[in-house]
Amino acid sequence: MLTGKLAQLDGDYDVVVVGGGPAGMAAALGAREVGANRVLILDRDREAGGILLQCIHPGFGLHHFGEELTGPEYAQRFLSEVCDKGIDVLTDAYAADIDLDKRVKVMSGRFGVRIISGSAVVLAMGARERTRGAIRTPGTRPAGVMTAGLTQRIVNMLGYLPGKRVAILGSGDIGLIMARRLTLEGVEVVGVYEIMPYPNGLNRNIVQCLNDFDIPLHLSTTVVNIHGRDRVEKVTVAPVDASLKPDLTRCSDVACDTLMLSIGLIPENELSRHLNLRFDPATGGPFVTSAMETSIDGVFACGNVVHIHDLVDFVTQESLLAGQGAGLYATGHRKPADNIRLIPGDNVASCVPHTISSDRDHTLYLRVKKPLDMSTIRLGEVYEKKLRYVFPAETLTVTVRPRFLENFHGNSLRIDVQPREPA
Amino acid sequence: MQYDVAIIGGGITGSALAYELMRYRLNVTLLEKATEVGFGTSKSNSGVIHAGHHAPPNTLKGQLEWEGNQLWDKLADELGFGFKRIGELTVALDASQIPVLEELERQGKERGVSGLEIWDQPRIRREEPNLNPNILAALYAPTTGVTNPYEVCFALVENAIRNGLVVQCDTTVSAITKEGGCITLHTGHGEVRSRFVINAAGLFADQIAEMAGVPAFRISPRRGEEYLLDKRLAGLIERVIFPCPTPASKGILVIPTCDGTIMVGPTADPVDDKRDVSTTFAGAAEIFAAVNRLVPGISERDCIAEFAGLRAVADTEDFIIGASPLKGFINVAGIQSPGLTAAPAIARKVVRILGDEGLDLIPNETYIPNAPKPIHFSGLPTDEQILLCQRDPRYSQIVCRCECVGEGEIVDAIRRGARTLDGVKLRTRAGMGRCQGGFCTWRVMQLLARELNLPMTTLTKHGDGSWLICDREDAPCSPGS
Repeated sequence: MLTGKLAQLDGDYDVVVVGGGPAGMAAALGAREVGANRVLILDRDREAGGILLQCIHPGFGLHHFGEELTGPEYAQRFLSEVCDKGIDVLTDAYAADIDLDKRVKVMSGRFGVRIISGSAVVLAMGARERTRGAIRTPGTRPAGVMTAGLTQRIVNMLGYLPGKRVAILGSGDIGLIMARRLTLEGVEVVGVYEIMPYPNGLNRNIVQCLNDFDIPLHLSTTVVNIHGRDRVEKVTVAPVDASLKPDLTRCSDVACDTLMLSIGLIPENELSRHLNLRFDPATGGPFVTSAMETSIDGVFACGNVVHIHDLVDFVTQESLLAGQGAGLYATGHRKPADNIRLIPGDNVASCVPHTISSDRDHTLYLRVKKPLDMSTIRLGEVYEKKLRYVFPAETLTVTVRPRFLENFHGNSLRIDVQPREPA
Repeated sequence: MQYDVAIIGGGITGSALAYELMRYRLNVTLLEKATEVGFGTSKSNSGVIHAGHHAPPNTLKGQLEWEGNQLWDKLADELGFGFKRIGELTVALDASQIPVLEELERQGKERGVSGLEIWDQPRIRREEPNLNPNILAALYAPTTGVTNPYEVCFALVENAIRNGLVVQCDTTVSAITKEGGCITLHTGHGEVRSRFVINAAGLFADQIAEMAGVPAFRISPRRGEEYLLDKRLAGLIERVIFPCPTPASKGILVIPTCDGTIMVGPTADPVDDKRDVSTTFAGAAEIFAAVNRLVPGISERDCIAEFAGLRAVADTEDFIIGASPLKGFINVAGIQSPGLTAAPAIARKVVRILGDEGLDLIPNETYIPNAPKPIHFSGLPTDEQILLCQRDPRYSQIVCRCECVGEGEIVDAIRRGARTLDGVKLRTRAGMGRCQGGFCTWRVMQLLARELNLPMTTLTKHGDGSWLICDREDAPCSPGS
């Protein structure tokens, strides 16, 4: 793989992008596109590309490139462009701190500890996986309990197997994809246990990764005990009631040597917290404007840092915007500020961005709270659209055009997703 | 080789004793059945160095608690492990508990515990604003400290090795025989002969005593669950918070650890199985309910890791320290709370007993009192980080992103004796943060494999059968195919 390069680490950049995954690379390109000359990408891993590098399955790029790519292919397209455009990439580099003057403390095996300043900063650190501690699964603590992402790294990049017989807790997309991958690698996947009454991954992954391989999905079921002193020996599963409380009288044991966790992602906002950004408790990420600017001037954010995305194509789209915003900020050409605040209403769990401007197109990313067949999405009084179904696991995108807002003079718009009678 | 002293058990008691014995010209060996020292009961200890006034005065615990407490500053200073005297508050939620606090204060003052004070509500609110505002009064004890028990074990043993200790891990004693003036310990790795044997086998001390033919006590495991909270909560509480004690238990505590996290627990459940370190729904519910009464701002949602440990409770409910009918065989058993606090004092007491039993204690003139201190990179000021990385850039090659642990620290931990993923974690904190190793596990494994020259598939979490990954049997590019 072609990887980025850095001749020497200078003290000042127009835009410093923290994170070299798909979000960071698109942001860097966005910044370059609008005229930022000196752009730096920092990445903690050995190569830029982020989690895409371990996603060797196809299915990426249908929206953005109009063709189906694997994760590394998708990453490589951006990385090649990043290199062509003369963007500096520093890998194996860890952004330890950022202050309000947008000075980033960087630790790198090559350059030691350095302070770099950017006129603008883009936060693109991605997400981390929820762990066993977050759900406090009782039992022992043997080897063999691991997150789906770590399993993916071990199998796809290092060429080892996590175990021989795997039970999966949670139906997040990486977990579903790993259920298929492990099966193809000759590992027995005994079942996927999901506490909610509906899957937590995309429907296409349920079909292509579980159904096609006869891997059973047990909804409204969770793991209530992990057994084994040295290595996982079995797990106990139990059905849950409507309040998600397990019914311990109906437990059963599942023999396995591995429990893989796919229980969701959390935006990785450690650095953002150092900056004291305003956060949206619904997304776990910062509040952002339509230019993906956070509550602190000149600090932008994009990708899973802001909210968890279903598809990397959406990350790319949003990150290009963030990069353009940062580039314009750094070169002193900002767009007019947003004038409309978006308010999540009925059955809307979250909405990004948090504000929009009436003078340009916007894509809104929404997540609903509960599944609904036959519903309508409404933006205040200005726009409505009929939807066949909505699902918490699938992001809803809505394009808002200036003409919707021609006769709107308020400063906030409520968004509702409501059931409708079948026609 | 015949030893002067063989210690069975590399927990805090055995480690402290090994450290103490190396001050003398003695051949000493320490046998540990786990892959590394400190991996048993000591690993899951709360890490509180008790103020000195909790244990009843008429017990061995009571005598050794305050004596032990006073030895920690020098020990931490010489060996370089984390230790902070952060103080504690034992709080009263209703008026009936105030006399209990006063009794504790009296008991402590009698023993000489310094700085005890009863605080009223305004003082409590000023000093610990996040405590439950309904708390009426609190007994403040400034002598309470926090440490990481496993880190202490590593430091003690590392220093003892520098002074000549022979450590044998993965070594389980299966039989004990006596011939002439010498006791023979039979292990899976052969026989160990020694004039004196110290039974510091923790939970298994009763079985070891039985093997030696001197069964005199029974050890029952009492399980304690603990829950570790996200670093985001650092600073919520400054001191260790105790509820008002009952005759049965010190209760469930809120502990600001010396790494800046908050830990809550433990429970106290008698269990049958000496290996049962499982956590339970009931334990979590009990702990968070109890903790909410003390610090309402703590939620279960802040939990990043949970664990359980077993206290080795003797049927006397007190420490059992002393010679046995078998000449040369000395028990150091039933070391439950405040065992960590008392450990340095227990070690000194055992040395005295060994002297009384006929061991010649000749000071070792080449004794090295200190140890090279491990560097904890993330805690250094930026200027020092810059200088250190100019010398060794591996320190700024960050491996664990949550705790900011670099390759330099991890390699150092392996050179100091870490053999397992947990060994690296407990020495460096790599994998101990909020992602719990999700990002760094494989990188730490690669460093272990490289430094120990081992295949990845032979690495373990904590030894034994705790393998981490396996080979693709049909790997198309495996060697030889």
